[in-house]
Amino acid sequence: MQELMLAKAKELLQNGTVNRVLGWQAGEFVYDITPAVFESEQDLDAGFVYNEFCGNNLSKYLIKESRKEGKVLAFLKPCDTYSFNQLIKEHRIIRENVYVIGVPCEGKTDGETLKSKGVKGILGAKSEGDELIIDTLYGEQRLSKRDALTARCLTCKSKKHVVYDELLGEEGEEVPENHRFEEVEKLEAMTPDERFAFWRGELSRCIRCNACRNVCPACSCEKCVFDNPASGISQKAAADSFEENMFHIIRAFHVAGRCTDCGECSRVCPQNIPLHLLNRKFIKDIDAFYGEYQAGEDTESRAPLTNFTYDDVEPSIVYKGGKK
Amino acid sequence: MKKLPVSKIQELFAAIRAQQTLYIPTDDASGQARYLPWQEGMELTHALNTVRSAKDFFFPQTENLVEFKLKGKEIEIIDSRTEQDDFVIFGVRACDARSFTILDKVFLIDPIDTYYKNRREHGTVVTLACTQPEETCFCTTFGIDPADPEGDAACWIAGDSLYLKARTEKGEKLLSALDNLLADADEGEIAAQQKATRDIAQKLPFAKLNLAGFNGENLNKLFDSKKWPELSEACLGCGTCTFVCPTCQCYDIRDFDTGHGVKRFRCWDSCMYSDFTLMAHGNSRNSQVERFRQRFMHKLVYFPANNEGEYGCVGCGRCLAKCPISMNIVKVAKALEGEVQ
Ligand code: SF4
Ligand code: SF4
Ligand code: SF4
Ligand code: SF4
Repeated sequence: MQELMLAKAKELLQNGTVNRVLGWQAGEFVYDITPAVFESEQDLDAGFVYNEFCGNNLSKYLIKESRKEGKVLAFLKPCDTYSFNQLIKEHRIIRENVYVIGVPCEGKTDGETLKSKGVKGILGAKSEGDELIIDTLYGEQRLSKRDALTARCLTCKSKKHVVYDELLGEEGEEVPENHRFEEVEKLEAMTPDERFAFWRGELSRCIRCNACRNVCPACSCEKCVFDNPASGISQKAAADSFEENMFHIIRAFHVAGRCTDCGECSRVCPQNIPLHLLNRKFIKDIDAFYGEYQAGEDTESRAPLTNFTYDDVEPSIVYKGGKK
Repeated sequence: MKKLPVSKIQELFAAIRAQQTLYIPTDDASGQARYLPWQEGMELTHALNTVRSAKDFFFPQTENLVEFKLKGKEIEIIDSRTEQDDFVIFGVRACDARSFTILDKVFLIDPIDTYYKNRREHGTVVTLACTQPEETCFCTTFGIDPADPEGDAACWIAGDSLYLKARTEKGEKLLSALDNLLADADEGEIAAQQKATRDIAQKLPFAKLNLAGFNGENLNKLFDSKKWPELSEACLGCGTCTFVCPTCQCYDIRDFDTGHGVKRFRCWDSCMYSDFTLMAHGNSRNSQVERFRQRFMHKLVYFPANNEGEYGCVGCGRCLAKCPISMNIVKVAKALEGEVQ
């Protein structure tokens, strides 16, 4: 696939369709991939890569990129296309300035995931059939590709692109049996006290680095209220742990109905806080109360939380703990 | 040098705990390695290092400094400091141990930061030698020997024994209080392990990282490099790299309005943030390129220029592992080495 993409990128640069390419750049190791803009064929040859380690969602970069001179080629994975659409819907990306090529994805892995499976001292990795063969400082290790998948890819909702100008490789299918709400159901089954304790435990590890917010395609405000010293709630670190928790709850509310479940927040959290569970709870509730809805699936429909219909659930449901 | 059987490590912990609070790196409920106060049965983690660095012990993320209370026309000033008890941090890696020396150079020079000093005086650092470095480790670049860590006392786990060696007065004091548990040992007993670790360190991907030329003399050359925009292009401006870093030391002082007074606290700050060093006239670094450059210039150029060549990095590799876009000090140093070498 990488070769196909390289050829395509060069072709589009050459014939002037685009003047730069947004993709993934190889790093020092096999897994430390950085999003990058390539402006020439030499740039592309020097570092462009696409493989099972290219997990970064590139859509958010297009807010800035689409405002620059000329058209940019963006390679988007299926989940990235949902974020792209959502940003179009919110008038954050200028569509005419982006040439979208959908690229297939078989699920991603990353350094942290491999390490969580006990792999130490990663020097390199190659794929062989269903296995990932990892060269380490302490000898060769093998992992089945399934075991190497990141948590978000294990519950991938769709391998189908919802937007593209062109597609490379074969189009994938939606994954109806994705089990992505199973963990949410576990939380729902807890007593309120247990659930409170669960979240206080998880969120107590937060270091307020803001990586989750800054990476999130739904968090695209020009100036976040938490960065505004005049807001009265601006802060780098919280005065107490309750405030820390509130940051996350406010963020979850703000992205409710707009979060496409791309999983970037949990991927980047240096403290491995399962932030996606907050957002998935909202997604699940919206599905239940307002009918199935997937943010980013299209660019036209009205979002349930900004729409009114006579069938809308009554606000009193909040007082009943979300139960109909 | 002293030793005791590894099987008796819990007895050792209990003996330390009987005298003062003991923190060890352990796996928490979520399976991550972090320092927690030792309680009976708590075991050392198998992870190489803790996710969060050890700097919190001396330089916590938030700390109350002083409180002001309004009483009519009078302002009462209350020192928020609480009495600091003695504590031991066990199992600190060589890189993190060195980070304390770097923090000392910031907080213990005139004017001395008494909050920091107070903690530092009450803490005893017991280091633990590494045996299985990760590919992200590059401590040796900074002259740190993972097989022979600094600290008030150092230890090694080799075979069935835990070896301990005091390095400072504080270390001596700690070990002498534990004497009934310890037997005499010979330095030779850990030599094989040290050699094995050093051999691995030689083979690490960044073992040959060369920082020659990153110094005050080349300040302008590096500052004016054309590479900064490209390097910082994908940077999210989050504070992950600065907050996981054991040597990042910048902080902000803020006032919390309690309604009838003010609580003044300090908290870690990040040069990557848009309101870093915000002043009345506005901000001195308005773009992410400038903020990004600040972090690396500080560590690789300004700090060594002011501290006899010592860099503001210990090679722990946390930022390499945690940056959401995998941009880091090694990539920056490699990209810029052409400018000065
Ligand atoms: S990425 Fe994790 S640690 Fe950072 S602010 Fe978000 S939840 Fe907190
Ligand atoms: S370098 Fe990485 S960790 Fe640091 S602010 Fe930029 S994106 Fe965040
Ligand atoms: S800059 Fe990175 S490698 Fe260096 S001490 Fe900080 S976190 Fe560790
Ligand atoms: S950087 Fe060096 S001292 Fe730190 S954990 Fe790695 S090998 Fe050990």
